[in-house]
Amino acid sequence: MTRILIANGRVIDPSQGLDRVMNLLLADGRIQPYDQPPRGDEQVLDATGRIVAPGLIDMHVHLREPGREEDETIATGTAAALAGGFTSVACIPNTEPPIDTQAAVEFVQHQAALADNCNVYVVACVSKNREGRELAELGLLVRAGAVAFSDDGSPVYDAELMRRAFEYCLMFDKPILNHAEVLELTRGGVMHEGLVSLVLGLPGMPSAAEDVMTSRDIALAEATGGRIHIMHVSSAGSVEIIRRAKRRGVRVTTEVCPHHFTLTDECLRSFDANFKMNPPLRCRSDVEACLAGLADGTIDCIVTDHAPHAREKKMQELDQAPFGIVGLETALGLVITQLIEPGWLTWSQAIEKMSTNPARILGLPKGTLAPGADADVTIIDPGYAWTVDPMQFRSKSTNTPFVGWQLRGRAETVIVGGKIKYQALPAGTRRDL
Amino acid sequence: MSVEVGDRTYLGPLPAVWVRNHLLGLEELSAEELTAVLDAAAMFKEVTEGCQEKLNVLRGKTCANLFFENSTRTRTSFSLAARRLGADTLDFSPSGSSLSKGETFIDTAKNIEAMGIDVVVVRHRTPGTPHLLAQNLACSVINAGDGAHEHPTQGLLDIFTIRELRGSIAGLTVALVGDINHSRTARSNIWGLKKLGARVILCGPSTLVSQRWRELGVEVSHDLDAILPECDVLNLLRIQFERQTMRPFPSVREYAHLYAMNRERLARTRADILILAPGPINRGVEVTPDVADGPHSAILRQVTNGLAVRMAVLWLVCGAADRDGS
Repeated sequence: MTRILIANGRVIDPSQGLDRVMNLLLADGRIQPYDQPPRGDEQVLDATGRIVAPGLIDMHVHLREPGREEDETIATGTAAALAGGFTSVACIPNTEPPIDTQAAVEFVQHQAALADNCNVYVVACVSKNREGRELAELGLLVRAGAVAFSDDGSPVYDAELMRRAFEYCLMFDKPILNHAEVLELTRGGVMHEGLVSLVLGLPGMPSAAEDVMTSRDIALAEATGGRIHIMHVSSAGSVEIIRRAKRRGVRVTTEVCPHHFTLTDECLRSFDANFKMNPPLRCRSDVEACLAGLADGTIDCIVTDHAPHAREKKMQELDQAPFGIVGLETALGLVITQLIEPGWLTWSQAIEKMSTNPARILGLPKGTLAPGADADVTIIDPGYAWTVDPMQFRSKSTNTPFVGWQLRGRAETVIVGGKIKYQALPAGTRRDL
Repeated sequence: MSVEVGDRTYLGPLPAVWVRNHLLGLEELSAEELTAVLDAAAMFKEVTEGCQEKLNVLRGKTCANLFFENSTRTRTSFSLAARRLGADTLDFSPSGSSLSKGETFIDTAKNIEAMGIDVVVVRHRTPGTPHLLAQNLACSVINAGDGAHEHPTQGLLDIFTIRELRGSIAGLTVALVGDINHSRTARSNIWGLKKLGARVILCGPSTLVSQRWRELGVEVSHDLDAILPECDVLNLLRIQFERQTMRPFPSVREYAHLYAMNRERLARTRADILILAPGPINRGVEVTPDVADGPHSAILRQVTNGLAVRMAVLWLVCGAADRDGS
């Protein structure tokens, strides 16, 4: 296997508190001890002026396969992940059929192996057929390789089922990832409930719908000692509920999506379904709460909730169009432009939330550049200025609200298991489609 | 643009302030634009009163009524307005959701546009649908009601009726009573009335009149009896049973007790109170028949004025489109 020498980059590894300009040698699929003199047969990647980070991990991705291959496949979704700088993704099991059996987990793993892009970890269903009635075979799913459980797309609604799931998962130390939403409060909802929804006459989804379920999940995790990971937090209330729970030692973690720390419900004035997602874009004070939660460590991870939908589905009336947007290929640029450059996060904090913390929460042997670790590395050009053009995406779908946004920073080289899997086009060039 | 009517009257030129080839809502209109529509409507009302003769203003143009949601009154009014102006009309009422036929509503509209349409008048249960059509079609789009969002021609005809009977809007106290949260008519009235200088009070149960409305500079009351003596105009809005996910008040009976405009309440209003209702009304719920049909009611006048307002809107929108094109 080729030896790769990443020369003269700014190596930032939050797992060891490392931030210095140095060479990084990769060989045999692993990170080699630091400061070894080069042998001379290495492929040298000049990383001068670049950030060298442990491979980015997105723990909330909808790959759509099996069942909705018109939106995305495991092959196209993982290609999009690489282009976005991710070396690993965790895929959410709300496919058709849902990933609730060993065979289904193995199908995803097999397709991912055939695609041979980034690492794919499987989040499996909490309940059989994702129906929220009885537990899926969680123990066997763990054996098959499931790294966490979630019925995302829907919340685990039955409180007793949720309690049993927490208790049962104590045997495996796996977290439950819940979509926090009280459905009675959001019925028919299209956007965040507030002044904008009132003016537009669109049915609202109040923050309280998220906050009530976040509170319930935390109470059940606290009562059982289980691990709850609140998915895509979006409201100021939920950020504060999680902050307080962490303070008293509840095993709770959480994540936020770039759109929730960037956009507000004002965007819906365009009536563009690419601003329709669940949880919805909320108001300025919620965005500020997400930013504060990122800065003070309440929010552990940044995830995309990459939710591809074919164009014709999003071209419908706002109430008919499905929720969700693609995110894999814009996340890094948004983190750099919206969080690092304005000073909300340091580079080390951002990388922690996009690599080290997701690895820790899912128990993956990733998220570090320590010698001996898997050679998953993302080399980032932090100053590269680019404009979001969905036609350039590797994803099969183009449903992004960030069309035309000027972003800074992109993944330049993505290395998975010691192999270069993605290299960005030379500056200023475009994919020939 | 001026035009001969029979051999008697000349319409003035298209007002310079009017440059829009769509009418999607009143939120985005300035006071000057609102006044231009009202003045044009007054002109059309004068020209056509007692004269059933067609004008040739829109001769050679085709207006399509694209009504995804049921309507009798508004659709008829638009059709008649277009025909009075000399346009051809086409009625298209797709049944149910466009999704059920496997095409998007934009596909549906593009197919109709391909038949050579100049104006699409659209009604849809979903807010923003006319706006999406305006972005995707080359022809003019007029919003004839999009969900609970806006119903600009209804707002205009309500305001036109008030101006006609009271001389101006500025300084009047106008109460919109009823299901404000689900009412597109309320929203269009709020924008138009505020811009023209009225004091606006929204009145109804707290589940149908959000306190958030205050942020738009209007007043909110839940006590009709308390505000009655202050009002110059009452606009009684229909309870939108079809848009409510859960009935927001305990019973229709209780609603009628608290908010129905009846003879007893009428006795406590100003002597010259003007009562509007954009209809269709639930008789006995928002207003009792004696009040609806009484001397203070302008309900039928609203319908008559609706025709003049829609003629004005069609004339302005088509005129702006022609000016763009020339």
